This record gives sequence, structure tokens and C-alpha cells, in this order.
Amino acid sequence: MSRPARARPLLDPAIIFPAAAEAFRKLDPRYQLKNPVMFVVETGSVITTALWLQAVLGRGEMRSGFILAVSLWLWFTVIFANFAEAVAEGRGKAQAATLRQARKETPAKLLAQGRRGEAPVAVPASRLRKGDVVLVEAGDIIPMDGTVIEGVASVNEAAITGESAPVIRESGGDRSSVTGGTTVLSDWIVVRVAVNPGETFLDRMIDMVEGAKRQKTPNEIALSILLAGMTIIFLLATATLLPFSLYSVSRAGHGSPVTVTALIALLVCLIPTTIGGLLAAIGIAGMDRMIQANVIAMSGRAVEAAGDVDVLLLDKTGTITLGNRQAVSLLAAEGVSLESLADAAQLSSLSDETPEGRSIVVLAKERYGLRQRNVHELGARFVPFTAQTRMSGVDLRDGRQIRKGAADAVEAYVKGQGGIFPAEVRAAVERISKEGGTPLAVADRGQVLGVVYLKDIVKGGIRERFAELRRMGIKTVMITGDNPMTAAAIAAEAGVDDFLAEATPEAKLSLIRETQKEGRLVAMAGDGTNDAPALAQADVAVAMNQGTQAAKEAGNMVDLDSNPTKLIEIVEIGKQLLITRGALTTFSVANDVSKYFAIIPAAFATTYPALKALNIMRLATPESAILSAVIFNALIILFLLPLALHGVKYRAVPASRLLRDHVLIYGLGGVLAPFAGIKLIDMILVGLHRA
Amino acid sequence: MNADDLLQCAVYLAVFLACVKPLGAYMAEIYEGRVPRSARLLSPLERGLYRLCGVDPVEEMSWQGYAAAKLLFNAAGLFALYALQRLQHRLPLNPMKMAAVSPDSSFNTAISFATNTNWQGYGGETTMSYLTQMLGLTVQNFVSAAGGMAVMAALIRGFVRRQSATIGNFWADMIRGVVYILLPLSAVLAVLLVSQGVVQTLRPYAAASMIEIAKDSRGQPPAEQTIALGPAASQIAIKQLGTNGGGFFNANSAHPFENPTPLSNFLEMESLVLIAAALCFTFGKMAGDVRQGWALLAAMTIIFIPLLWLGVASEQGGNPAFAALGVDQRAAPEQAGGNMEGKETRFGIASSAIWAAATTAASNGSVNAMHDSFTPLGGLVPMALIELSEVVYGGVGSGLYGMILYAVVAVFLAGLMVGRTPEYLGKKIESFEMKMASIGILVSPACALLGTAVAAACAAGRAGVSNPGPHGFSEILYAFSSCANNNGSAFAGLSADTPFYNALLGLAMFFGRYWIALPVLAMAGSLARKKSVPESAGTLPTHTPLFVFFLVGIVVMVGALTFFPALALGPIAEHLMMAGRGS
Repeated sequence: MSRPARARPLLDPAIIFPAAAEAFRKLDPRYQLKNPVMFVVETGSVITTALWLQAVLGRGEMRSGFILAVSLWLWFTVIFANFAEAVAEGRGKAQAATLRQARKETPAKLLAQGRRGEAPVAVPASRLRKGDVVLVEAGDIIPMDGTVIEGVASVNEAAITGESAPVIRESGGDRSSVTGGTTVLSDWIVVRVAVNPGETFLDRMIDMVEGAKRQKTPNEIALSILLAGMTIIFLLATATLLPFSLYSVSRAGHGSPVTVTALIALLVCLIPTTIGGLLAAIGIAGMDRMIQANVIAMSGRAVEAAGDVDVLLLDKTGTITLGNRQAVSLLAAEGVSLESLADAAQLSSLSDETPEGRSIVVLAKERYGLRQRNVHELGARFVPFTAQTRMSGVDLRDGRQIRKGAADAVEAYVKGQGGIFPAEVRAAVERISKEGGTPLAVADRGQVLGVVYLKDIVKGGIRERFAELRRMGIKTVMITGDNPMTAAAIAAEAGVDDFLAEATPEAKLSLIRETQKEGRLVAMAGDGTNDAPALAQADVAVAMNQGTQAAKEAGNMVDLDSNPTKLIEIVEIGKQLLITRGALTTFSVANDVSKYFAIIPAAFATTYPALKALNIMRLATPESAILSAVIFNALIILFLLPLALHGVKYRAVPASRLLRDHVLIYGLGGVLAPFAGIKLIDMILVGLHRA
Repeated sequence: MNADDLLQCAVYLAVFLACVKPLGAYMAEIYEGRVPRSARLLSPLERGLYRLCGVDPVEEMSWQGYAAAKLLFNAAGLFALYALQRLQHRLPLNPMKMAAVSPDSSFNTAISFATNTNWQGYGGETTMSYLTQMLGLTVQNFVSAAGGMAVMAALIRGFVRRQSATIGNFWADMIRGVVYILLPLSAVLAVLLVSQGVVQTLRPYAAASMIEIAKDSRGQPPAEQTIALGPAASQIAIKQLGTNGGGFFNANSAHPFENPTPLSNFLEMESLVLIAAALCFTFGKMAGDVRQGWALLAAMTIIFIPLLWLGVASEQGGNPAFAALGVDQRAAPEQAGGNMEGKETRFGIASSAIWAAATTAASNGSVNAMHDSFTPLGGLVPMALIELSEVVYGGVGSGLYGMILYAVVAVFLAGLMVGRTPEYLGKKIESFEMKMASIGILVSPACALLGTAVAAACAAGRAGVSNPGPHGFSEILYAFSSCANNNGSAFAGLSADTPFYNALLGLAMFFGRYWIALPVLAMAGSLARKKSVPESAGTLPTHTPLFVFFLVGIVVMVGALTFFPALALGPIAEHLMMAGRGS
């Protein structure tokens, strides 16, 4: 799936044509029963077809040609609604097809005893069960989702993520999870299968994009209830018109009662067919947008919940700051030149492959002109970082023993060598901490040379995103293992609302629980196994694809790009989904006003000619008036399909402004637009009639 | 509409709106179980009633328990009232020797008064004994009103409480509503009305000699005139305050002994909407955000004012058919002008049209003029206000909970449009709430339309109609709209005291009341169980003018879309035909 979705045009012929065929297949009444609004329309279509046949046989209530026209347009209304749904499904199916290619039957090398040494047995992947152990070697496709229990390998995960750069997968730690369908490029790994066939990540993805297991989300159900309620009201309002009309005719003594054709036309125009026809498409398109953002939601419910999020928990590292700290300046101790400090710092970092270590080398080169040196000439022996010493460094042939590390570790080292830790260096250490930086003391035997100022680099543009979130009413909380002082400084720089310092998995979990107890919805992103409890507790939990199997299982979304900042985009997609539903419902109901003015005078003017005064659109004839309203009602579904698929654009402005704009556009616009539309269709009908 | 009409409308609105805050705050205290010092005098009565009924006022009820208590209580009242009517000829306090009321009429009246509809298929002074009036009708006037307020209080608790299984105690709400709110207000009003000449006596009807010689229906000069009397003032006070509307006399508040002077008329007119409007403030106060209450009151008033204007202006505008004949219908010192047919000269155009709007806005249903004689548009106003499901002020309690159902729907749509699962007062509106709101909103239009359809389709229904053309249709539509929405006013003209109408209208009243109250209580129960979501910048504000207008739009759209076709065949057709003749 090399991200074809991003580029897929709205009117892709590969989707349009099958969708058109599907639209007819969906006319099956058993299918329509799921959607009460469209079921009513289909019933109306059947009845008007019968009325047309009756008219053809000579006992019709109206001109047979007119009944046929109404009937056809009612059928079109159902077909257009089916088409809308089929197009949305088609977009999903196209993606599913790409994914399925990755699911083709793969042979697996089963290790019956679960040990590396034994001879593997070749079995098809579909025979594997949870708990089985398989060997995957260079060139093999990983048969199932699982956890690496032995070995390390580079894996191409393009089939899932669309990212072709290989990733490292190894046993233990946070990079132990592998996904079925991806390919091992080099080395070998032993994998314990974590799922049964049909439950793999790929299977779930396919189900999701295909909409095969699509269930109505809570909010969608609530809206369906409202739409069903409206349908019942309008059913009553139109059905009772027949006795009302018969009564009126009998009392007025002239005119003819309203025809069933006109009543069905009125009913279909009044019930919320626009939203009823597009509701399924909106939901599917919402999922589709998630997938286009390279996020797989495990349920529609999760997508919807994303729109409701009140609090966003963001890990500092990788989300708010660039993944690593960088050296930004050097502070020399009294009597030590900056150059000699830079020299020592560089020497101690030459073999330090951590991003911090490399940034010191870069700083020394750029600021102090120190170039790479030949370590063999210096006779250097590197001392690696250990958890006990909390220092790393280098011993040189000339007797220098340079160490760098946390201030207290270096202090202990210096004092152990009979030296002292100067007061001005201690002051520098404290100042750096207070500013949110990390001080790294550098010493040579008993002498403290100075401090390297390592700084967390806040990502560009992140401050603006947080301001945007604040306008949306979402609170951001930064999670970090740093001490409170450092955390506060970074929080201030990044513009988050709050922070949790010295965070442990327990602290994270209890923060989520506390927040939820206040009635707020919490979203978070995580990748490690220790994130799993918090992910399971959060309402919207985005697991990183590169994360562990445990994290992926605990979350309800997986970000294939493993980009925690994407939480913000996810929230927007959730909101967009709800907004689109609300806007189209409002539009649909607002449309009804004009339809009354079109149909009521047309239907009852024979009984009470005075009612012609209500024909404010000056529609040509009663027949053209009814037909125009029906045609408008059918065409508006097609017309709004692009909006349903793309979603109403979300802007980060306060709710009150959003409501004002949407009420004006979809409410007032919904009242006015059909007046113009129906009049226009009426003029075209009159023109066609003359021609 | 002339300056006098405008002044009367303005004074009318100003007076009851001014009472909203003090009365609303007082009622909030009562329903929160804190009796203000000023009302302590009545506490022994409250405690006595608890002891008498064996009620523990602090015992909490689930919504099912609350609903069961309410239904049980109403059923008991309904049977008692039915029995009282059927047996009144054997019971005391029947100086005029009234016979037992017919079974169908008793059925209709029992439902009518128990449901706070107070539709009257009977004529009071020719049907009911004093005992039936006092012990049956007046008592139901009190308790049906208090019952509506109790449901409202329970719904408010649903919004306020967090993760609670209970919504209050029905018996305590009921008794407090009667003792602390309805009883003192009624007592004051009754005394004021007596001062204006409203009768209050247990003596038999008076006889008077005729001054003018008239002929009775058989063409004989009557020997003397019988003047109906009775304990009227005490019943009229609660009839107005409790949005009941069932008159002591058949002519209701057009009768000189029910409403003798312009001042009594003004007092009765103000008390029509007083409690219903003030409950909006009670709602805001109890919910902890008075702005929410003001917003609902504003929405109601925004709908009320244009309709009030249309009603008064149409009546003052007169009849275009007369205008064509050159009849002077202008207001002048010596004449009220406009359409005075069916109106009392002591009230005039404005006070009659304001009353018509207020009594239908407030689900009261008492009348001081003949709605049947109004101009088509003047008659459309009361009908429209009824068909907006009685949520513009509405019945005491029932109007506000009806409006809250609409607010829930408005919040749902508006909430979606700002991209969040909708919340109202911090409570998430989910599918169960939508189901209950949909049922609650659906029931009364369904009853009104189906009832009208049945009546218009069958001979028994058509037989009651006294006017030809669209006006006759309006009479049927009005009767069913009025009953299904528990208003109780009549377009008159329709002969409704027949087994057919008594039964069908009785059912409409029954469903129209309980199939709204039950979903409301169910919703209260569901809301009470939820957590409360704190407000943020992403929360839809529900107290802003924008939301108020959106809510108004929803109420008007639902009402208009449901009834427009029916109205087109009734008052709208009639108006257009009349306007056509006039020009």
C-alpha cells in the first residue's frame, strides 16, 4: 500500500463504475430495511410504479406520463443514495485489495519445540496458531503478527506503512513486534505468533477499510433515531392529508382530492433523504480519511471519540521535542580556556554514538574549529557509559583521563581523585537545569573543566499547534521523565497547558484516571510495553506501528508513520466526521420549507384555488411543481456526495463561531438554496416540454 | 394594531417577566428542599401531609419508581373523579339536584382534569354539583399542576446529579408544589378575584325576575331567570395559575361571575403564564447556571411575541369582507373597532387577543372570548401556539420539560455541527436521550393528526361540525390539537359532547400527557446516571443568543413542518379565500 489513497481522485472511474452497478444491487428491500429513511423512499417508488401501471391500464388517478416521471425520480433517489454509499465503500475496497496482496498464502518455518536449533517444519501460515514459534530468515515474509523472541533483523514494512526504509526488529525491548505480511531483508529472527489466523493486524486493517464489519457508531445510532423520528412525523403529516383532503373536497363541493402520487412525492421530499442517503457514506469516508492519514482505527467508535477529546497527553521526547538533546554551548570552569574544554569534550565524545555525543562533536567543530582526530594516534581507550558510573569518557596515552556525565556523578569522580567541584561550575549546573537544559560536567582526573549545555530542542511549529488545540478547547499535558524544574521550562517553551514530570507508568495511568473521573476524554500516544496500561485506559489511544505488540493491542488506533504528533490530526478528523453529519442533517431539514411551498399549492389548489397564493416560486404547473421538487430532492444527494466524502472542513475556532458559521451556511443556506434549485428545474422542465 | 393594543401587550409582557426571577428563585428553593423563612408558616401542613400519607420525604426514587408513583397517583385521581361524577346525585353539596354525569362525559372529564388539559365537553353550571366541582375538579386542578412541576423538578435533578441512580421523591415534590407554591398563590389570587366580584358561595342558584321580556326555546316567556352561583373564585384562581383552564361556568372566563372586571381579567391573564415562565428561572437556578434558564425563557418569548402581535393585529384589523362593504372598523373613542364578534365589550380587542395567545401559549385553555369567531389569522395564532407542542411557556412544568426535549434535539444538531458528541448542561446526549426526546416530541403531533384524520373521515366525527368549508375543518383540527397538547381550549362550534368525541379526545389527552411525561422521566433517570463533562472552549455554549435562535428555529420548524399541510386546508385556506373576497 504505497499510499495510493492520498492521490486517489474523487471520481476515479475504477470506483465509479462498479459503484453504479452496486447501487442497483442495493435496491434489495432487505438491504434497504437497515435505513428507515431510504426504505420509505423505496416503498414509495414501488407504490408509484404500481399507480403508473394502473394509469397505463386506463384507470389512473393522474396522467400516466407524470406518474412515471415521479416514480422514476423516486427510484433515482434510492439509487443515488445507494451509489453514494457504494462509492465510499469502493474507495475502501480499493485499499483493501492492495492490502490483500500482502496477505497471500505464505509458507512458514514452524519450530515445533520452539527452539532455534531444531529443524523447521514447512507449514502454510494459515495453519499457525497463537503461541506457535516460527523461524524467519532473510528474504522470508513474516507469516503472522508476533513478538521476536530471539535474534535481530532488518525488516521492510512497506506493505503496511508505505515506508520503504527498513526498520530493525529485535528480541526484548520496544522493537520486538513484527507484523505479518512484512519481509525480513537480512539476518534471522525467531518469532512467537501472537494471534490466530483472521485476527492479524492486516486482517483487521482489511476489515476496517472494507467496512465489512462496519457497525453503527453510538453517535450515528443517535442520529438515526432522530431521522427515524422525523420520518414518522412526516409520514403522519402526509398520510393524514388524504382524509383531510377528502373531507375538504366533500365540504367545498368542488375540486378533486389529493392524489396518492402527490402525497408520496410530498412525503419523500419532506423526510430527510439527503442525510439519510449520505449517512453511511459519511461514516465510511471518515474511516477513509483516517487511513489516508496512515492511521488505522480499530473501530468507528474510536474515530468518533477522537472528536470529543478534552485532554491530550503527549510524550515530551519525539512529540514535543526532537528525539534528542543537543549541545548548544560550553561553560568553562575558572582558569580553564573554552578551547581546552571543547577539546576535552570532543575527545570524550568521539566514540559516543548517542545523538547527544554526536552533537558535542558537531558543536566543537562548528564553534571551536576542532576537527575529527585520529584516535589511534592519541592511543585512546574509550570508557563506555554504564548505569553504575553514569559517565563515559576516554583515557589517553598522555595520561589524561577525561570523563563526562551527570554533575553529581562527575563530582563523586573528581572528589575520589582528590579534587574539588568548584562553586561556579555548580552554579552553572543549576542555571542550566532551571532553564530546562541538561548539564553535562566534564572533568580530567581531579580537575573539573566545565559544563556542556545540552538542550531539548522544541519542534518547530509545535507551539502554534498547541495554541490551535487550546482554541479547540483541548488541554495539552506533556509527559516526561525529567525533573519538574526541567519539565516546567520545556513546557513553557513549547506552550503546553500542563506537564507531568518524573513520570512513571503508574503516574501516567493515575493521571488518566483522575482526568477521566472529571468527565474528560483523554487521548494519548505510546509505543512501549510500559505504555500499554495507560493506552488501554485512555479513550483514544494511538499506538505507534514501530511499538510493541502489547502497545498495539492496548491502543484503539495504530499510526503507521509512528508519529505521535499525528494525535492532533486524528482529533480533527473525528470532529470533521461529526460536523459533516450535523451540517447535512441541518441542510436536509431546512430544505423542507421550500418543498412545502412547491407541493402544497400544487396538490390542493383544485380544492381551494386561493391556495395558489402560496406558490411563491411561480412554478409553471402543479405537475411541474411536484416534479421539480422531487428532482431537486434526488439530485441534491449526488450534488452533496463530494462534501460527504471529503467532509466539512474543520477550523480551529471556538465552538460558538463554528456553530454560527455552520448555521448560516447549512441552516439558512439550506432554507434558501432549494428555492433557487426548484425554480431552475421547473424552468428547464417547461423548456423541455415546449421543445 | 394601535397604540392602546401595543401598550396592553407591553404591560402584559413586562408584568409577568418581572415576576420570573423572584418566583423562580423561590420555587428553586422549594424543590431543593429548603423552605424559605417567608413560607415556614406552611411547614406544619407539609409535615402533616407526610405523616398522613406515610411519606418519608428524603427517601430517593429511581426514575421508574418516580414514574410509577406518578401514574399510580394519577390513576387514583382519575377513578375518584369518575366515581364522583357518576355518583354526584347521591352525594351531599348538590343543591341544584344535578343528575349523574353520563359515562362517556365522565370518562372524558376525568382524563381531562387529571392530565391538566381541562378540556370541557360539559357545561359546568348545568352538569356538576358543588361537591364534584370542589372535591373533584378543584383538587385535580391542584394536583395535576403539581404533578407536571414534579416531573420538571425530577428532570432538572437528572441534569444536576452525577452518577446517581435516583431523581428525587415524587410524593415530596408533589406535596411541596401544592403546599408552598400553588396553595399560597391561589389563596391570594382568589381573594383578589372575590374583591372584583367573582362569586364564592355554597348557596343554591339565585332566581331573578326578568326586566326585558324574552322568549325561551319553546316560544314561552320564562317566569324567572336562574342565575348560576357556586364556589367559583377558589377554583378559578388555581385554574389560571395551574394552567388548567377548566371554567366553573360553561362560558369560562367570559362569564361575568368568573371574570367580572378589566382588573380581574388582567390578574387572570397574568396568572396564566406566571408559574410556567418563572419555572425557567427555577431550572437555571437549580442547574447552577441561571443563564441556561434565561435562554429558554428568551426562546419562548421570541416565539410568543410575533404570534401575539399577529393575533392582536389580525383582530384589530377586522374582517376584510366588512371592509369591502364600507363598514367602519377603525378604533375610535366610541368603538373598539376591529373584529368584535364573540368578544366581551368589557375586555375589548387587545385583552381578548392577548388572552387567546396567552392561554394557548401556556397550555391553559381558559377563554374570555370565542376563538371560533376570530379572524382566520387571529384563530391561527392560538392553533399555532398549541401545535408548537405547548412549549412556549406551556403548562406548569410540562411546558418547560417539553421545551427541554426540543433543546436536547437542538443541542444534538448544534453539537454535531461543532464537532463534538453533544452535551447539554454537561451531560452527553446519546442515543437513549435521542430516543426519548423523539418519542416525546412525536406523541402530541401524532395524536392530533391521527385524531383529526379519524374524525374527518367518519360520519360520527363529521356530524359534530357546525361550519362549512375550511372553518369546519379548523374546528376539528383545533379540538384534537388542543387535547393532544393538553391545552383544553376549544374553537367551539364543534359539538364535542358526544360519545365519539368524548372517547377519542379523552384518548388524545391521555397519550399526549403521559407519553411525554414518561420519556422525560426516563431521560431524567439516564441523565442522572451520567458523569458531568466540564466545560471547555470546545463545548457548545447553550446560553448564547445564537443557540436561542437555533432552538427557536428547531421548535418552529418541527411545528410548522408537521402542521403546515393541515393548516393550509384550514385557517390558511380560509384566510386566503376571505382576503380574496375582501379585495
